[in-house]
Amino acid sequence: MKISENWLREWVNPKITTDELVEQLTMLGLEVDAALAAAGDFTNVVVAEIISIEKHPDADKLNICQVDVGTSENLQIVCGAPNARKGLKSALAMIGAVLPGNFKIKKSKLRGQESNGMLCSNVELGLSDDHSGILELPNDAPVGTDIREYFGLNDAIIDIDLTPNRADCFCVKGIAIDVACLNEMPLTMPIIEPVDATIDDKIEVKLTAEHQSPRYLCRVINNIDNTKQTPIWMQEKLRRSGIRAIHPVVDVTNYVMLELGQPMHGFDKASIDGAIEVKMANKGDKFTILDGKEVVLDESYLMIADNQNYLAIAGVMGGLNSGCNQGTKDIVLESAYFNPATIMGKSRDLGIFTESALRFERGVDAYLQEQAMHRATQLILAICGGEVGPVIEAKAEDCIPQAKTITLTADKLKRVLGFTVDKQQVTRILEGLNMQVEEGEDSWKVIAPTSRFDMDIEEDLIEEVVRLIGYDKMPSQNLFGDSVIMQLPEAIISTNYIKNQLTTLGYTEAINYSFVSRKQLETLNAAEGSIALKNPLTEEFAIMRTSLLPGMLETVKYNLRRQNESVKLFESGHVFHKDECIVEDEKLIGICTGKRHLEHWSMSKENIDFFDIKGDLENLLANTKASYYFVKSSLDYLHPGQQAEIKLGGNSIGWIGQVHPQICHKIGIKKPVYAFELFINNIKQSTLPSFKEISKFPSVRRDIAMIANNDISYQEIKTLVVKETGDLLKNIFVFDEYQGENIRVGNRSLAIGIVLQQNNSTFEDKEVDKLMAKVVSSLKVNLGVEIRGQ
Amino acid sequence: MENLNQIIAQGKKEIEAATDIRVLEEIRVAYLGKKGTITAQLKLLGTLPGDQRREAGVEINKAKGQLQQQIQARRKVLQQLEMDKKLEAESIDVTLPGRSIASANLHPVTRTMNRIVELFTGLGFEVKTGPEIEDDYHNFEALNFPAHHPARTMHDTFWFDDGHLLRTHTSPVQIRAMKHMSPPIKIIAPGRVYRSDSDQTHTPMFHQVEGLVVGETITFASLKGVLNQFVNAFFEKDLKIRLRPSYFPFTEPSAEVDVEWQKDDGSTGWLEVLGCGMVHPNVLRAGGIDPEKYTGFAFGLGVERFAMLRYGVKDLRQFFENDLAFLKQFK
Repeated sequence: MKISENWLREWVNPKITTDELVEQLTMLGLEVDAALAAAGDFTNVVVAEIISIEKHPDADKLNICQVDVGTSENLQIVCGAPNARKGLKSALAMIGAVLPGNFKIKKSKLRGQESNGMLCSNVELGLSDDHSGILELPNDAPVGTDIREYFGLNDAIIDIDLTPNRADCFCVKGIAIDVACLNEMPLTMPIIEPVDATIDDKIEVKLTAEHQSPRYLCRVINNIDNTKQTPIWMQEKLRRSGIRAIHPVVDVTNYVMLELGQPMHGFDKASIDGAIEVKMANKGDKFTILDGKEVVLDESYLMIADNQNYLAIAGVMGGLNSGCNQGTKDIVLESAYFNPATIMGKSRDLGIFTESALRFERGVDAYLQEQAMHRATQLILAICGGEVGPVIEAKAEDCIPQAKTITLTADKLKRVLGFTVDKQQVTRILEGLNMQVEEGEDSWKVIAPTSRFDMDIEEDLIEEVVRLIGYDKMPSQNLFGDSVIMQLPEAIISTNYIKNQLTTLGYTEAINYSFVSRKQLETLNAAEGSIALKNPLTEEFAIMRTSLLPGMLETVKYNLRRQNESVKLFESGHVFHKDECIVEDEKLIGICTGKRHLEHWSMSKENIDFFDIKGDLENLLANTKASYYFVKSSLDYLHPGQQAEIKLGGNSIGWIGQVHPQICHKIGIKKPVYAFELFINNIKQSTLPSFKEISKFPSVRRDIAMIANNDISYQEIKTLVVKETGDLLKNIFVFDEYQGENIRVGNRSLAIGIVLQQNNSTFEDKEVDKLMAKVVSSLKVNLGVEIRGQ
Repeated sequence: MENLNQIIAQGKKEIEAATDIRVLEEIRVAYLGKKGTITAQLKLLGTLPGDQRREAGVEINKAKGQLQQQIQARRKVLQQLEMDKKLEAESIDVTLPGRSIASANLHPVTRTMNRIVELFTGLGFEVKTGPEIEDDYHNFEALNFPAHHPARTMHDTFWFDDGHLLRTHTSPVQIRAMKHMSPPIKIIAPGRVYRSDSDQTHTPMFHQVEGLVVGETITFASLKGVLNQFVNAFFEKDLKIRLRPSYFPFTEPSAEVDVEWQKDDGSTGWLEVLGCGMVHPNVLRAGGIDPEKYTGFAFGLGVERFAMLRYGVKDLRQFFENDLAFLKQFK
């Protein structure tokens, strides 16, 4: 529903800005989609009259017009509009005018002819998308008047997205009632007085379909002046509601619909044969609607007919041959109430959307017809004159919906809302919404306005009360006493998540005692700073563990001795040591030994090695999305050539490696055992996913094969490649590593794959070559590697 | 005895010179084995006179002990050397990538849905589900949508020949839950829903989470409180929310919930994130609950909407293209 802000303010004019009004409407449940300027932004455009017109000597489609703008001399304007003609009043953008889009009007020459301004179309002024010609203004438009002023363009078009329950707000009146009630202001209605008949002409009405059309009013107006035009103020209000001015009678019926909410129809009296009958169609009947389309009807269509033909599909659309046109002298106005259920869906079934159908199917006030009839008569007389016949009303009283009486209790109000509303405030709100209120002890007996189809039960009144109080002013309460929804930091990885991840990687959780023997710690050279129990159960459980490794090694040994060929375990728990005070850290250990795979015909029978456990650990580290790497280390309980420090985000967080074979030997484990141990809290902080647009361009892969000294780690090579390629690097991996025959002792052959991609263009071969040359040169210079195949 | 000293000196020399365990073992055999030099000396004892025999015996055994000690010490050194050599040979580049199947991740919709459900289960809500192929009764009628009601046009529905339909919202679960439970009821119902609509901002299938609370003291103000807590907890931000009057046939009063959100250009605006309201008495009745005794609130939210806001996804349709380059970003 689009409506002019100024029109609404004619009814109720709170001292608030457009933005504030929009906010109020939205918070009333009348959600404003947009508030747009009534016209484009322009200046210096005035009403002008074309005094004379002649063909441009050098251009077929151009005319040279002499135009009067109320100054002493006429202006020469070159114009190409097909409707430019002598005597036409239109809009002229003067020299110095600025049109929408910052289009400046300057003195110019068109094919050698001077032009001192521009005659404008609707499009050029941002009024509508009609570009068929220049504006056609009424004959009485005062020459020289500023167009903004003449059209009243300092206005906003408020576009409201109405919910299906608010049928009453398909008109200025309905919206104004809500705004007036909210602002505690009176409503300024236009003065609508009954227009008495001056002649006796009438059309009789027969209600055959009483349930579907319980009230039908019509009135004859003869001898209207069909040369009159709809006044600009009315045209503009219609335009701002998205309705084009067509014919004064049609325009007036549309105007009344937008003003009061009653869709009306104007028939050409000459097209009506005898009386009007409101009845249901027969299956298979055909009818040609206003736009010339023929539709096939069935028994569910309510029709307006005369003695011979159908005149209209009730509430949806008139017929091709019964509407008002330029030659119409005598008219019949229709103002009726049709049952919403009868109209519902018809517009969709027929594929014809009309403002009338939209309102009738949602519900039109069944007591509005007479007022609307007088309003329309009043406006038609004011524009076109004419002689007025009596209002003929046909009704089926029993079928007209009655006003609803609903009782609201203070108890229910409090029970639903959760807070107490001041009694006077309730009364004021309900009365402000045009309800008849009878205040009781702790209740309100309410007769709802017949325009409010959504008022049915107590809860409906409760909504009205809280809606007018303002949902934003309503207090917030907890659901159950003081329990609230707990915080759940999404970027924190839970210990359980990590544990579950390890289980799916094949690690079984173990729980070892927190105390170990001194011998166990000493075997691992981990007794320093340890805390002894004063009263240990046995020497085996005498000291708080400083590492998870000793207990875990015992567990591995235990299981290896029980016919387990392979063992994969993890544990998370506290470790303890005494510094200046007692320090407790939560650590995670993973440990494995044995075969890489369970016995399976298709699987290799290789033993687990360092890279197996490292891969598993990398899965845990990847959760954090922080950069991690490994630095060769020298812990004495690990294999000197197979151990590393785990670095995450620059911090050292633990170790990984093969347990020193001598230690295993001492403990009694013969197989190589691999393990990692880290501070679990260091791998729990992650970051939220933050979506980055996917590159539409293909990636390219390039390989580099090199011979490098054994002292040069892959980490160094990778770091260098990352540095040289930056954001373009999508992936890097090692696909071959080899030492031995044909490779000098102390060296190895290494082959890496590099995947590159640009986000905004395809990588050209030449660009890739250049980049790869840079990478290769950097590897040579910084690491002294030898590139194979070069 | 001269002989014995010579033997010891020679033995010690040989032991010191041994470079591997095998050589050392040979030396041990040569001196201490059955046919070894020292053993031969011991065998000679028998030929000596009684008093000399005893003295010589002590000497020889002393020499034997010395050599044994020497060999053992050397063995340790050699073993260590051997171990060092072996370990050295086993040295690897520990910075090479590990071997593993990289763990992957859940779909962002599941991730979001899990989070929403977790937040509510923490408050004591129970998870309920319902069928996706529904009947008109549960999807519309019981939820106070009369036949031909204009509100039905807000739900573009997929139908089956037999009159069944694809549920257009998770609200039918409200009815199913109420029929099988008695108040107090606190449920959360995540699931897929369908609407016959497909464009830039609509996919024919999407996900909702429905919430329903019924009890003797359930109020509109508590609905506002819970949703405020939920939005803040979900986004981990103190966001401003507003409830705005709206219309759903199955709630009265009804509200849309807007969140104040920072747009890409830095300005803030209201963004609609969910619909809610007090359960309509007709709906409570349809669920077999006495509306005179109990009140309830319900809310329904679009999971994709929350996921888009949370993770910065701009195009709804990407959720169902299942491009790995998209999916993998939600680890």
